[in-house]
Amino acid sequence: MADTFLLEIVTPYRRLLSKEVDELTAPGWFGEFGILAGHTQYLTLLKAGELTYKKGSEVGSIAVGRGYAEVLPDKTTILVENAETANEIDMETAKTIVAKAEEAFKTLSPEDADYAKTVESFELAQARIKVKEKRG
Amino acid sequence: MPSLKDIKRRIKSVKNTQQITKAMKMVSAAKLKRAQDEIVAARPYAEKLLGLISSLASKTSPESHPLLASTGGPKTGVVLITSDRGLCGSFNTVLLRTIERFLAERNESDISLYLIGKRSMEHFKRRQINIASSRAFGSGRPNYSQASEMARTLTDAFLRNELDEVHIIYSQFQSALTQTPVVQKLLPISTPKAEEGKIEEKKDEMQVEFLFEPSGDEVLSTLLPKYVEVQAFRALLESSASEHGARMTSMDSASKNAAEMINGLTLKYNRIRQAVITKELMEIIGGAEALKG
Repeated sequence: MADTFLLEIVTPYRRLLSKEVDELTAPGWFGEFGILAGHTQYLTLLKAGELTYKKGSEVGSIAVGRGYAEVLPDKTTILVENAETANEIDMETAKTIVAKAEEAFKTLSPEDADYAKTVESFELAQARIKVKEKRG
Repeated sequence: MPSLKDIKRRIKSVKNTQQITKAMKMVSAAKLKRAQDEIVAARPYAEKLLGLISSLASKTSPESHPLLASTGGPKTGVVLITSDRGLCGSFNTVLLRTIERFLAERNESDISLYLIGKRSMEHFKRRQINIASSRAFGSGRPNYSQASEMARTLTDAFLRNELDEVHIIYSQFQSALTQTPVVQKLLPISTPKAEEGKIEEKKDEMQVEFLFEPSGDEVLSTLLPKYVEVQAFRALLESSASEHGARMTSMDSASKNAAEMINGLTLKYNRIRQAVITKELMEIIGGAEALKG
């Protein structure tokens, strides 16, 4: 069996990444999980967070929002609404979103219609900040 | 007979019009290119999502999910996507005709309309028909959050049993020359028939069962609303590309018509000018003759 597998990250706007990689770590529904080539078939929801992949000595990091990961032995597909590489992330915007969300949490209760949406954008912005700080 | 000055003025005004239509054509061509790229870019996501849903639907019990269940009631939601602005040939007319035909088949009191685009809003302004929401298409590129908001409104209404089915009417982009109006059923979601055969084949290949996290049913229940979003997003993209395509073609023919008109008017102008010169010459000659005699 090959040591690498194909990692594809697609969003509604573009195909962000399509690449042979050695290893992948992603934020799954029940915590982070790692994928190597030959993994059993697996489908999970993703939480917003940091997704990292390794190819030889090269390490890539991508901030992702909520979505899905479909893992097949030779191919992993990540379906997310938002995904950004460290270069694309704008620190200022992310920080404003976090600040705004924190402000909103003070008044919002979990029953509000906007609550889930705010949590989502909050988590995504935090993931962005994390990725940006790590990779600059 | 119009005077020389009149014709000259006409020519000038037609030339101005031609310049505008030409510019609009160029702008539309550029926008069309971008819209087409966006459709292509959105395709992998949509295809993948559909693939996931159909493979999941075959493994779990899809009938259990409310978004897949047909209630059979008459209350219909119709989403109509038109453009904000005119000057795009028959683009809006064709769409409006399609919805009128759709409405004629049903009882209008059962219908609620979700209008997108100022043209459709104007069309239904004075009609006795229930308009659930209306908003402009907006300038610039359609974005995903627009689509997901729209999808959420629709799925919510569907789940509250306010709507029994939801259709979407938009213009499908085929080429710059042809755009076809489409009526598509958005809810309840029906997994495409053509896909079913493919799933069966795939099933045989897959000996290993999929692992699901949290569980197959839960994954499916978050995927289905996403599917509606993707469909809505695609409809927006297609309709945006169609609009630009239609505008480009109609502005192209408008420019051509203007060119033809300018040619005709120039010919007329020259003829009249010639006639005037000839007349003046005759007068001069006539005058000289008279003096001689």
